[in-house]
Amino acid sequence: MNMMIKAYRRKLDVANGRVDLSHGAGGRAMGQLIEGIFYKAFDNDWLRAGNDQSAFSVPGGRMVMTTDGYVVSPLFFPGGNIGTLSVHGTINDIAMAGAVPLYLSASFIIEEGFPFADLERIAQSMGAASREAGMPIITGDTKVVERGKADGVFISTAGVGLVPDGLDLRSDAARPGDAVIISGSIGDHGVAVMSKRENLEFDTDIVSDSAALHGLVADMVAAGGAHIRLMRDPTRGGIAATLNEIASQSRVGFRIDEDKIPLKPQVAAACEFLGLDPLNVANEGKLVAVVAPESADAVLAAMRAHPLGSEAALVGHVVADDNCFVQMTTSCGGRIVDWLSGEQLPRIC
Amino acid sequence: MKYIDEYRDGRLAKEIARQIAALADPARAYYFMEFCGGHTHAISRYGLEDLLPANVRMIHGPGCPVCVLPIGRIDAAIALAMRPKITLCTYGDLMRVPGSNGSSLLKAKAAGADIRMVYSTLDALRIAEAELEREVVFFAIGFETTTPPTALALKAAIAKGLGNFSIFCNHVLTPAAIQNILESPDVRKLGTIKIDGFVGPAHVSTVIGTEPYEFFAGKFQKPVVVAGFEPLDVIQAILMLVRQVNDGRHEVENQYIRAVTALGNEKAQAEVANFFELRESFEWRGLGEVPYGALRLRPQYVAYDAEKRFSMVTPAAKDNPACECGAILRGVKKPADCKLFGTVCTSDTPIGSCMVSAEGACAAHWTYGRFRKKARQVDVGRAVA
Repeated sequence: MNMMIKAYRRKLDVANGRVDLSHGAGGRAMGQLIEGIFYKAFDNDWLRAGNDQSAFSVPGGRMVMTTDGYVVSPLFFPGGNIGTLSVHGTINDIAMAGAVPLYLSASFIIEEGFPFADLERIAQSMGAASREAGMPIITGDTKVVERGKADGVFISTAGVGLVPDGLDLRSDAARPGDAVIISGSIGDHGVAVMSKRENLEFDTDIVSDSAALHGLVADMVAAGGAHIRLMRDPTRGGIAATLNEIASQSRVGFRIDEDKIPLKPQVAAACEFLGLDPLNVANEGKLVAVVAPESADAVLAAMRAHPLGSEAALVGHVVADDNCFVQMTTSCGGRIVDWLSGEQLPRIC
Repeated sequence: MKYIDEYRDGRLAKEIARQIAALADPARAYYFMEFCGGHTHAISRYGLEDLLPANVRMIHGPGCPVCVLPIGRIDAAIALAMRPKITLCTYGDLMRVPGSNGSSLLKAKAAGADIRMVYSTLDALRIAEAELEREVVFFAIGFETTTPPTALALKAAIAKGLGNFSIFCNHVLTPAAIQNILESPDVRKLGTIKIDGFVGPAHVSTVIGTEPYEFFAGKFQKPVVVAGFEPLDVIQAILMLVRQVNDGRHEVENQYIRAVTALGNEKAQAEVANFFELRESFEWRGLGEVPYGALRLRPQYVAYDAEKRFSMVTPAAKDNPACECGAILRGVKKPADCKLFGTVCTSDTPIGSCMVSAEGACAAHWTYGRFRKKARQVDVGRAVA
């Protein structure tokens, strides 16, 4: 008589358990973590195949690839968490090339002692965000480091996408006369995160704008095609950094109008009392587009027809400027909009 | 934003600017010093100089607490922070201020010093309560606006019997500094800077009132207008100063009637007086030793005075010889007059203190005004004369 004794495995105690060093050691515990949390959350055939890599067929044409690391603190904030951010951020980097997002990878560096429940919550929201965008997470990695060697969890994602024929968006393509369009209100993400920072907590109903922009981009491309010169998502450093980056790469200047930049009153108020400039505050679901003047109206109309672009606004134009300055008309006069130096800090008096 | 947007109305600002242009005597130039870095920041951020006629010029004063802190005090703080068991709590502005030999609190932190950025004195107090085994030192800087919170933190520490909390006191005083500028050879003998009047900081006067300015407005015959920090506040103050100069008056006027009174916040003044006394002399970067221009803890609170408690020494330290921060802080030179400005000294790589704080004249000019109007660099005074 052949007796098969099934090895006893204690179930992963997701509600109360914590990640320990064995979950990164390559043994059964790691397998259990991956299966119990990540496979469950991401759920697709590529992952279930259990290979060290995932194979997929590619259609012809130009592809784009991008990667990004996420170390946000706090991990959970109004309107999202590090997981949603890591999916949306990489999708948006793909989308800024006008590309259609295809596949994602995700790599986790987890600090010893991190609660399974938090990890599951993060993984679940990544799964939901990637399914919603039609961009499955098809490969990944997990590492566990000793307590104090990371801050809860760090996530790194990479993605690939396919660029539609005839589209070639480049950071040096802005030309004098081009229109500058912003897809919606600025600074929401930065203010939402800061409102939950230790020592800085304040009450606000602002939530992060974290969102995948590929749908909005598809509508823009349909309306403007090759007349869209370039797009950027103004994350860290805000639109000030993005415009300065484009200016120096395209060797042009910008002239924008402060009154036309969409800004929620709550964000303006938070920036006011923290002594911050909303132009420097991070966004995670907004884009800046530079569009040839003849298609500016059509692209703007297409953006306004999309839920993520309903507040889109034409905020200024590209100008010829050897100094590559971003100049802004204010209610009283004008000023330069510069990069942020160092960390944005509240002023003291 | 209610109560803010009203004071940023561009049309009204332009209307006041038209009144200034109509009143300003074309046969002369008007030089007004905005003492406070907050005003410098507002003028640059909203582009107010664009609105002023060519013969009304603003001179940026030394009212930026980060900018006037001498290098030696930064060096002393870094040396203290490097000691074991010390936790130094500081406002974020100070982190990047360069000390001697390219040092800064930010670099000391990277080298292992326990330096924590806080948003208020109460955060520092909380750290002291939570970590009784650490010696928590609050790096106190600022003008009259930030002194009452330091006094309250001290009061709370004493009430709680916190033996591990102390203060490195660098609080400085506005009227003393203005008087020092007016008495300087640049103004009195050499006449290298002309100052026809001052814009005084409203937040300082919410604490001290307008009264402390009466003495020198009379003695030096210079008008002072205490003003708020919104663009309309500043431009209205300039209009009030032009009127005073034209009328030959030298009064202390209050533009910021929505919060400032003649006597100020007497409760806050009393708290400050309980814990602090005048220093006979204190070095200001740019101005040198200013008599009675700073505060220290009263002797009975010696246990809470970090300078005494840790026998801190303030080393003599020199600025970069090419750095013009001193002359810029006195209003003798403009940022663009400095050879380092925009070459090796930028807001990413500050050499002098005026480039570090957002309220410093160099940082404000670099961030908001650089190259906007080359014509502005022409010495208008000379052009008019």
